[in-house]
Amino acid sequence: MAVLLLAEVTDGALALDATAKAVTAATKLGDVTVLAAGASAADAGAEAAKIAGVSKVLVAEDASLGHRLAEPTAALIAGLASDYEHIVAPATTDAKNVLPRVAALLDVMVISDVSAVVDGNTFERPIYAGNAIQTVKSSDAKKVVSFRTATFDAAGDGGSASVETISAADNPALSEWIEDKVAESDRPELTSAGVVVSGGRGVGSEDDFKLIENLADKLGAAVGASRAAVDSGYAPNDWQVGQTGKVVAPELYVAVGISGAIQHLAGMKDSKIIVAINKDEEAPIFQVADYGLVADLFEAVPELMEKLG
Amino acid sequence: MKVLVPVKRVIDYNVKVRVKADGSGVDLANVKMSMNPFDEIAVEQAIRLKEAGKADEIVVVSIGVKQSQETLRTALAMGADRAILVNAADDVHTDIEPLAVAKILAKVVEEEQPGLVLAGKQAIDNDMNATGQMLSALLGWSQGTFASELDVDGDKAVVTREVDGGLQTIKVNMPTIVTVDLRLNEPRYASLPNIMKAKKKPLDEKTAADYGVDVTPRLEIVSTTEPEARAAGIIVGSVDELVGKLKEAGAV
Ligand SMILES: Cc1cc2nc3c(=O)[nH]c(=O)nc-3n(C[C@H](O)[C@H](O)[C@H](O)COP(=O)(O)OP(=O)(O)OC[C@H]3O[C@@H](n4cnc5c(N)ncnc54)[C@H](O)[C@@H]3O)c2cc1C
Ligand SMILES: Cc1cc2nc3c(=O)[nH]c(=O)nc-3n(C[C@H](O)[C@H](O)[C@H](O)COP(=O)(O)OP(=O)(O)OC[C@H]3O[C@@H](n4cnc5c(N)ncnc54)[C@H](O)[C@@H]3O)c2cc1C
Repeated sequence: MAVLLLAEVTDGALALDATAKAVTAATKLGDVTVLAAGASAADAGAEAAKIAGVSKVLVAEDASLGHRLAEPTAALIAGLASDYEHIVAPATTDAKNVLPRVAALLDVMVISDVSAVVDGNTFERPIYAGNAIQTVKSSDAKKVVSFRTATFDAAGDGGSASVETISAADNPALSEWIEDKVAESDRPELTSAGVVVSGGRGVGSEDDFKLIENLADKLGAAVGASRAAVDSGYAPNDWQVGQTGKVVAPELYVAVGISGAIQHLAGMKDSKIIVAINKDEEAPIFQVADYGLVADLFEAVPELMEKLG
Repeated sequence: MKVLVPVKRVIDYNVKVRVKADGSGVDLANVKMSMNPFDEIAVEQAIRLKEAGKADEIVVVSIGVKQSQETLRTALAMGADRAILVNAADDVHTDIEPLAVAKILAKVVEEEQPGLVLAGKQAIDNDMNATGQMLSALLGWSQGTFASELDVDGDKAVVTREVDGGLQTIKVNMPTIVTVDLRLNEPRYASLPNIMKAKKKPLDEKTAADYGVDVTPRLEIVSTTEPEARAAGIIVGSVDELVGKLKEAGAV
């Protein structure tokens, strides 16, 4: 049984962590072929070939594939589909843009955000902001699936898959890329960081959000935010953790000035240790916290920084 | 230009869902249902396009149980002109899969010939995040997903998208399908006079069979369970105690 896995490639570079986590899930389904597509994708393909468990890599390079536009990428994958029973990817925004389009082209359902593989047709996925886990069994001949990376460990290296170059599909030329606005950061990536420090509306301003960032830097952590903090302009959109933002499961998650709405919990409640700092002892975040501190964050965070040494 | 907005009736986002004891699903009897929050944003955007003179008619469509009428009336009260209810299920627990929804929507698009479809990026019940992209594929149209900004200009639209790395801006050919994200706008509340007026706006009823679409699910729901609960934590008395606990646990 063959699996085609769409590698996460951004501007020619492989997102190794997300791709390797999806490989772990995909090897449960069968023999894994990775597709690296982009304006330049050869380096990404070579890197993917080293992930343990990958048996083959396809590299498709074409200007039309350069900015992960959905239409040409979906056309490419749909054209390759006849050789595979499963078409999978890590559940990134890129994959969520492309995979449902692929599925509809193939007249099959998409199964998004899968958190466990039961067998080749049966998958678990969280619904209702993670308040229920549903097991679904597909009757489609082909299964198009995205994997929630937070729940799978990354496959190791040591692979030596063969690499083959393929051509792109005809570009339907329905859309064009204009620009990406990507904040450069030396911090670890949010979805793969071992520690995440998140701030909410309680932080009060963009200036004071520096407090959260400083604590994150002290802990070598990625920075996250609640929707309220993003909506208020304290933090950029790509920091949002939750049902409609990113899903994280670090070793340590520190929630500061966040009330703990179900939509936020959906994105972090699988973290190993959760710390909450909130001045309201009734805040629902304390119900999921391993260690709760009822305190004013403007006193507690500086003191915490100091005592962490 | 006509704008088509698919709106879904879902459990209200403030309600904590309960999984039924027999594992057959989530209990939706007697819980508060509302319009999917993303779809409110889509309706709002359509109204703004109309107010800006870029759209002349807003048609809202919902596919599901009869009670979805309420959702459509809400959209009409916000400012949509006309509604289509596609009856596709009798039981409130029956959810129609995005593929089937997209197939029905494709037929509605054929009939209505909108220049723009504005959908939510995901429905907060099943979080599948699929319908807009599937519809786009079926129609062979362009797609602009997860939009936080939208500027329609003649035969093109510029869409700024919320993506994992930050923001991406693309230009898409019209007609197009845009799925909206949280920060596109803040939806208005319907005023009482508008709620009254909405009762008189046209609402057409159809069935899935009228469109010749088979809504048989491709995914069988084997079981629905509660997620594992976290073990209870503790409230620490001071920052010192917190640091001590974290060191003990090897977390710092
Ligand atoms: C469709 C939809 C999708 C959503 N998706 C998401 C999502 O993905 N992620 C997300 O986070 N939210 C999401 N939300 C929003 C969610 O419902 C909440 O509104 C949001 O999480 C609240 O953010 P918050 O906790 O920062 O703010 P609030 O709820 O306002 O909480 C602020 C907290 O800070 C505390 N505080 C204030 N001052 C201090 C101080 N000085 N010291 C210590 N504590 C202080 C307060 O006690 C309070 O508990 C979504 C909502 C909807 C409708
Ligand atoms: C308790 C329960 C019971 C279920 N039972 C069944 C069942 O009996 N049969 C079955 O087939 N599946 C069933 N499902 C599974 C379900 O069909 C899919 O998982 C689900 O449809 C996922 O898509 P979504 O609604 O999250 O759509 P998304 O793709 O996330 O929705 C995105 C957008 O598409 C539009 N949209 C989506 N649906 C509609 C609609 N109906 N009308 C108008 N616009 C819409 C809206 O603009 C929405 O914002 C069930 C799920 C649960 C939780």
